[in-house]
Amino acid sequence: MTVVRTRTPGAVAMAAPALLLFGLFGIVPLLGVLVLSLADWDGLGTPGWAGLANWSTVLSDAGTWDALWLTLRVMVVSWLVQTPIALALGLFQAAPGRIRSLLAVLWFLPLLLSAVAIGLAWQALLDPTFGIGATPGLHWLARPLLGDPDLALYTVIFVIAWQFIPFHALLYQAGLRQIPVTLYEAAAIDGAGPRDRFWRITLPQLRYTIVTSTTLMLVGSLTYFDLIFVLSGGTGGPGTATRVLPLAMYITGFQAHDMGRASAIATILVLAGLALSLATTKWSGFTRMSSQQEGA
Amino acid sequence: MTRRFTVSRRGFTALVALSAIATTAACGSAGPQPTGTAGGGLTMWALSDQTTLKDSVDAYNADHPTAKITLQLFANDDYKQKLRVAFGAGQGPDIFFSWGGGALNDYVKTGKVAEITGADLDTGRFTPSVLKTATFGGKVYGIPANGLAPVVLYYNKKVLDAAGLRPPTTLDELTSAVTTLKGKGVTPISLAANSKWPTLMWHEYLLDRAGGSQVFDRIGAGDGSGWLDPSVTRANQQLQDLVGLGAFGANASSLSYDQGAATALLYTGKAAFELMGTWEYANIVKAAPEFVTSGDLGYTAFPATGGAGDPAAIVGNPSNYLSVNAATKQKAAALTYLKDYVLDDSQVDKYLAAGSVAPVNGLDAKLAAVPGADQAWLRFVYDLVRKAPNFQLSWDQALPSEQADPLLTNVDQSFLKKITPEQFGQNLSKVS
Repeated sequence: MTVVRTRTPGAVAMAAPALLLFGLFGIVPLLGVLVLSLADWDGLGTPGWAGLANWSTVLSDAGTWDALWLTLRVMVVSWLVQTPIALALGLFQAAPGRIRSLLAVLWFLPLLLSAVAIGLAWQALLDPTFGIGATPGLHWLARPLLGDPDLALYTVIFVIAWQFIPFHALLYQAGLRQIPVTLYEAAAIDGAGPRDRFWRITLPQLRYTIVTSTTLMLVGSLTYFDLIFVLSGGTGGPGTATRVLPLAMYITGFQAHDMGRASAIATILVLAGLALSLATTKWSGFTRMSSQQEGA
Repeated sequence: MTRRFTVSRRGFTALVALSAIATTAACGSAGPQPTGTAGGGLTMWALSDQTTLKDSVDAYNADHPTAKITLQLFANDDYKQKLRVAFGAGQGPDIFFSWGGGALNDYVKTGKVAEITGADLDTGRFTPSVLKTATFGGKVYGIPANGLAPVVLYYNKKVLDAAGLRPPTTLDELTSAVTTLKGKGVTPISLAANSKWPTLMWHEYLLDRAGGSQVFDRIGAGDGSGWLDPSVTRANQQLQDLVGLGAFGANASSLSYDQGAATALLYTGKAAFELMGTWEYANIVKAAPEFVTSGDLGYTAFPATGGAGDPAAIVGNPSNYLSVNAATKQKAAALTYLKDYVLDDSQVDKYLAAGSVAPVNGLDAKLAAVPGADQAWLRFVYDLVRKAPNFQLSWDQALPSEQADPLLTNVDQSFLKKITPEQFGQNLSKVS
């Protein structure tokens, strides 16, 4: 069944405040950044015209590509780690039961904390001398998890996962509770086992939840900044092992005071985010928004 | 239902109207004065840990009740950005606190800072090597506003005694102490390498000892080829050798200075040495007072390394500085404050009581009057600075800000042995 939506002047008026705000705080700054990426400005003096110099510096700088590669790694590994765990937790939480609800609330706590608090807490916990590694029986954890260039990125990904899995589990929980029980009843009558029901009903029915969660995760990975900033002491270290693109942008803009180059990096981030969310929604058929339920 | 809605909506409207009237009335009579240079008073920005400096503002305000200084204090990390953005937008405070060096020079070059001439106030009373850090092109742009902060080598006397060691005066002695201490299962040197700037302190001293102060003077003056001096490679090699010996333990790269673990390693006896600024003394007194009063805390100058540099030279932060916004309409009042209230007699006493030596001349009599373990410490710092032929400002502050990040990143890469000692200088010569 198709609902035909007509656009009346009234509808535009209703959307006007939102459009105005989006234009003022979304589009205008975006254009500002684009202009700034063509300027030479240290944040203090008067901006000068730089043409494409910032862009050629940023694009020819190995540091930018390293940062982009790190960002992509964080994105892919985060998705691979978070999605199965969030789905499993969501399945667990969706089933009725008081203990499950209680646990769901407990798991949700990390999401309520600020990223800075989480970063500081984990930094203290992961301290090799005075942190968890000092607990008897946990001495194998007394290693420089945030200090070893080979481990630091994965430690950061772990902390990110710790913060965000509850949110995605909640999405899945909501998605699962939307699936009509009749589908499972019909499947049970047809003799489908738990595995079949999961692969043939649950997962297909969760399709749009997965797309939503994935889009949020992928685009979110592009903006991981605060947590990594705190965990690496504001430097993206050790060395440049955790210097993802947003952090490189911040360091270029607010520590090296090169606003033009920072704006070029910011524009790359915007383009990457736009491309990613368009691609995920297009490939998954999300934009068609066809109903998954028969007869609906 | 309809009725209740109407009533509550009317109530809401009345509330909005009332609060609007209240707000207008407040603005009309006793609303806050706009900040900046428009009002009768002055604005001043500084760091939140500067409690003694705050006292000087209180003293000024007591004497000038009609045109007070409004002091705003900020946390360390945000402060530099906030100051920069404010000045960029023409909203800078009348008086501001900074580290001097290249970062302050950024403001001077863009005409944001007022020059302070000898006629304005007597700059002769400050330690000359300290005043140098806020002097550009022979003109003074800031005056010292807190204690001297050279970097010194702290040690735990108990740990050294247990290993049968004496404080090292040469790099060889330090190296052999490292081997002995490692054999005893102690981390020889505590280092918060995660923060990068503590590692930079080692580079600063080792280069100063290897090549003398003129190597960095060249670099600081804008000659990037100074990084290619053989002494840069030599200093880097010495540090990598120490790293190779395990001098900094296995966990240095995980330690962030702000978490306090690096300091704790020293006073808990888990580490024998720590190279850090003089502010560490106050930190230790706060965290483990009995460690200081029992006399277990030792401190000494950085060892000689047999290079061309003078072993009496020091590095660190000579001081912090107060400068005047060039756009201020209250320059006379700002100068009165700087002249009569900053580092005056009572301020100097307060700094001494807090374990910190103010950068003013002729402190001997005052030092002799300080009680307890603090006197030995203050005398040590005072003599160290007075006898130093050169007081090198920390490189990340001395260099223009766009070079600070590549510098710290390469320091870290070298510490992690991701680059060779030769590459360190080569990489930095490319960015300066």
